[in-house]
Amino acid sequence: MHQPTFVSKGGIVKIALQINEGPYQHQAADSAIQFTKAALAKGHEIFRVFFYHDGVNNATRLAIPPQDDRNITAEWVALQKEHNLDLVVCIAAAQRRGLIDEDEMKRQGKDANNISEGFRISGLGQLIEAGIEADRLVVFGA
Amino acid sequence: MAKKFMYVNRKPPYGTIYALESLEVVLIGAAFDQDVSLAFIGDGVYQLTKGQDTKAIGQKNFSPVYSALGDYEVTKIYIEKESLEERGLTLDDLQHLVWEDEDEDYAEKDSIRLVSRAELADVLDDQDVLLSF
Amino acid sequence: MAMLHTVNESPFETKTLESCIGLAKSGSTVLLIEDGVYAATANNSVADMIKNASGINFCVLGPDAQARGIEGKLADGIKVVDYAGFVDLVTEHDSVQAWL
Repeated sequence: MHQPTFVSKGGIVKIALQINEGPYQHQAADSAIQFTKAALAKGHEIFRVFFYHDGVNNATRLAIPPQDDRNITAEWVALQKEHNLDLVVCIAAAQRRGLIDEDEMKRQGKDANNISEGFRISGLGQLIEAGIEADRLVVFGA
Repeated sequence: MAKKFMYVNRKPPYGTIYALESLEVVLIGAAFDQDVSLAFIGDGVYQLTKGQDTKAIGQKNFSPVYSALGDYEVTKIYIEKESLEERGLTLDDLQHLVWEDEDEDYAEKDSIRLVSRAELADVLDDQDVLLSF
Repeated sequence: MAMLHTVNESPFETKTLESCIGLAKSGSTVLLIEDGVYAATANNSVADMIKNASGINFCVLGPDAQARGIEGKLADGIKVVDYAGFVDLVTEHDSVQAWL
């Protein structure tokens, strides 16, 4: 006997996203951003955006993309500010790829940190929790 | 109420990081007491082959971790039969994964469920949350 | 339950679409996005595979087809949706599987 459809009250659906790839290299981040905008425009809730694998690179503070094209990190930050989104970067994937915040920098004795505002670094449990708490999980990857 | 979580594995190990990092999610996820299943489809079945020796490629051999899945209460590991056949493999080529059933005096049981494509379609259809890597 | 499947790879380079169709149940929907939209062009080598996938609804993400200059070349019978339609497909189905 399968579970009933999970839908929150009032037809608003809580959607969680998992982003598996870094900005520009694959279309995953772009697709996720367009999906996020459309979902918010429809009044749904984006419960969390969880960045895994190379997806953690969406959170770099140091990208200088060409001026005549989109700035993917800046788009995430703008969405985060406007809609108070929870953008979570997986700590294990981030450490592996050298994406760290100030706390990690101090903890690990590194000489710099590089995470953008608007993102927080946390554990894989946040992805599982998103799967549990949200009505839908949509994965963007390659 | 626990949700049915399905971890879908379609990529082989070592050529890319997806196999390793998806396993890491499974291990962390075990603490959340959901109804967990793993599916190995297509080239994903290669993740479970026996005799992986990674010394010469300089990567860590993480295949022993699969045998610990039983301790993390992962008891449902679906392998698609057609995927094995297409690759000239049988279950004998894969690790023998087991779990201990504490309700039956810790009797050792097989975690691997060899299923046909049609059966696996039903299993996937029944899930609440599907994670892909 | 009715699942939504997303396929984002070209069917001419990988077997992802074929694997997806093989495991999709009747009543489910396959949404072609990103490079997956190439599968939706008319008279290609996967047209039969798509047509013979009985009971499976096919949709294609219009913006991705437009981007690739193939919006005017799509096969009949595949519904074109925009990102709002993508969102609707997600909320109207019970679960989503991304075929990566």
